Amino acid sequence: MAREITVAAAINEALRIALEMDPDVVLMGEDVAGGGTREAEGTDEAGGIMGTTRGLVTQFGNERVLDTPISEMGMLGTAVGAALTGLRPIVELMFIDFLGVCLDPLLNQASKLRYMFGGKARVPLTVRTVTGAGMQSAAQHSQSLYWITAGIPGLKTVIPSNAYDAKGLLLASIRSDDPVVFCEPKGVLFDSCDVPEGDYIVPLGKAAVSREGSDITLVGMGATVKMALAAAEALAADGTSAEVIDLRSLAPLDEQTVLTSLEKTGRLVVVDEATPRCGIASDIARLCVTKGFDFLDAPVGCVTAPHTPVPFSAILEQAYMPSPDKIVAAVRELS
Amino acid sequence: MDLTKEQLLVTYRKMRMIRSFEEKLSELVTAGKLGGFLHLYAGQEAVAAGVCGRLDERDYVSTTHRGHGHCIAKGVRAKGMMAELFGRSTGVCKGKGGSMHIADLEAGMLGANGIVGAGIPLATGAALTCKVKNTGGVAVAFFGDGASNQGQFHEALNMAANWKLPAVYVVENNGWGEFTPTEFVVPVKDIAVRADSYAMRSDIADGNDFFDVYEKAGLAVEAARAGEGPTLLECKTYRYYGHYVGDPLAYRSKAEAEKWKTERDPLDAFESRVVGDAMLEAEELRRIDGEVTAELDAAVEAAENDPLPDPASLYEDVYAQE
Ligand SMILES: Cc1ncc(C[n+]2csc(CCOP(=O)(O)OP(=O)(O)O)c2C)c(N)n1
Repeated sequence: MAREITVAAAINEALRIALEMDPDVVLMGEDVAGGGTREAEGTDEAGGIMGTTRGLVTQFGNERVLDTPISEMGMLGTAVGAALTGLRPIVELMFIDFLGVCLDPLLNQASKLRYMFGGKARVPLTVRTVTGAGMQSAAQHSQSLYWITAGIPGLKTVIPSNAYDAKGLLLASIRSDDPVVFCEPKGVLFDSCDVPEGDYIVPLGKAAVSREGSDITLVGMGATVKMALAAAEALAADGTSAEVIDLRSLAPLDEQTVLTSLEKTGRLVVVDEATPRCGIASDIARLCVTKGFDFLDAPVGCVTAPHTPVPFSAILEQAYMPSPDKIVAAVRELS
Repeated sequence: MDLTKEQLLVTYRKMRMIRSFEEKLSELVTAGKLGGFLHLYAGQEAVAAGVCGRLDERDYVSTTHRGHGHCIAKGVRAKGMMAELFGRSTGVCKGKGGSMHIADLEAGMLGANGIVGAGIPLATGAALTCKVKNTGGVAVAFFGDGASNQGQFHEALNMAANWKLPAVYVVENNGWGEFTPTEFVVPVKDIAVRADSYAMRSDIADGNDFFDVYEKAGLAVEAARAGEGPTLLECKTYRYYGHYVGDPLAYRSKAEAEKWKTERDPLDAFESRVVGDAMLEAEELRRIDGEVTAELDAAVEAAENDPLPDPASLYEDVYAQE
């Protein structure tokens, strides 16, 4: 049975299913239990900063749902060691910005062990982390740093745009025998759609066509899919038919779905919340010119954040972020 | 206690300003007038006032996400802070930093910080500057109990102890890290004992008692200035509000908070001591209360009417103008 739930609730459901189905799954992070199972009167568990882990410690106990100290380096490294030796850890890194204090376990350990050990190791680790701007959280709590993890061989990186995909992608990530960074974009965390109650997966490495169209391809990921859909709606009003692709997985990247769409439309605009250099948008542009050159009727358009930190002031943050209007303007520029 | 009447008045004004500033922010957020995440310092005023009471313009402080109090205590003006929180171009950081990055280098304030623990090595670096340049200055890192679990804490303290840097590490143990009680994640009762691993001096103060903090911070700052190296000073205190404004506080018992507010309030304690010992008159304090309220109201009014940043300023200040 499907019912409408938010992305955050879908994540909670996926975590519950994963913990129920597999005794090797453990969940750790700052405040993921957060006072749950505490005896003191009048307290209730917080369940993480976004509430996505609420209720889990009550059901699974604090041997499997572990509050960690504010020690990201130790926590992630520990999770890698546990994954290497038979557990299937899920780590909550509160915001992806905090990669700054714990990159080594991902960069030099989790991503490389299978390869360095001649294929004999597996690191079934999932790192869940909130990404993106839009809540005036300023320069150290608003970044979209998935381009860093997507650029590291051996790591997978996924980013859902809706609750259905969030649940299925998270279950697929947890069950993957490779380390996966699972992004939870702020811009969609509390958006709802129909989600089945049971267990299902959305395969890693598969993009989705979110809206069919014939004149231009808009490629989005996470929160920019919603913006691209809104832009497509606006474009339809004056006769431009836009197809919207939701990448869902940033690594591995589903090149074929993008190329198939480009072949149909001949024009493409990629929309990314991240900064423009060395990123997913430039990857897509590269894909278009290396493998889709013959399909291109116009330059590839890129709507991204500028090459600056994320500002605090709301007016500056709006200027910083992609938006449906900016997408429409970029499309008009191509035609 | 070596405090003049003037110093006591300045201290009370700072503590009152911190309390009223935070109460005002809570109101403004609840009224939907302010955005972003605000972590309020109310309840911990005696720590910022007690430690900064020992500092002068040669000295530096670094702080955390909960940094408004340290700014005010180190001399950052409420007006520029308020404008910053309103995201105005007149803010101390031109509206680019906001609450979590509020900073004023001219006042020796090296910034609030969004990364837990990150201010600790920054202050350590400032202490290195003071030492190398022989300024006589001292650098103070303010941080929470939670931050003492970060690698950056341990790495910085080890270096500072080895190099005998003029630093003071002030850990404000308020019993909570976000929604998690400190005892869940810190196995030692006193964070001060962590200094032992680095053969560093340590001390514990009642963080709700200005006079106790002032005395112990005095010893630490003096030792630092005298070239005797750093101190880890633990101040036991309590955070009145939730982790951030809007935190429903479901994880913490109301009775616990009520007890601190009614029995251990740092402003009440200060007042009963100074009035009880006839160092100040209650009327003098009430006059300050009124002045602080007026200053804050004016700061809010100015901030509300100040200009928003020009969207083109988004691209400025990324690199030096060379
Ligand atoms: C590296 C990093 N990890 C996690 C967070 C999220 N976070 C912000 S404040 C906080 C709790 C800090 O507790 P403590 O150091 O005791 O300071 P307090 O909030 O009690 O003043 C956490 C976990 C962060 N900002 N940075």
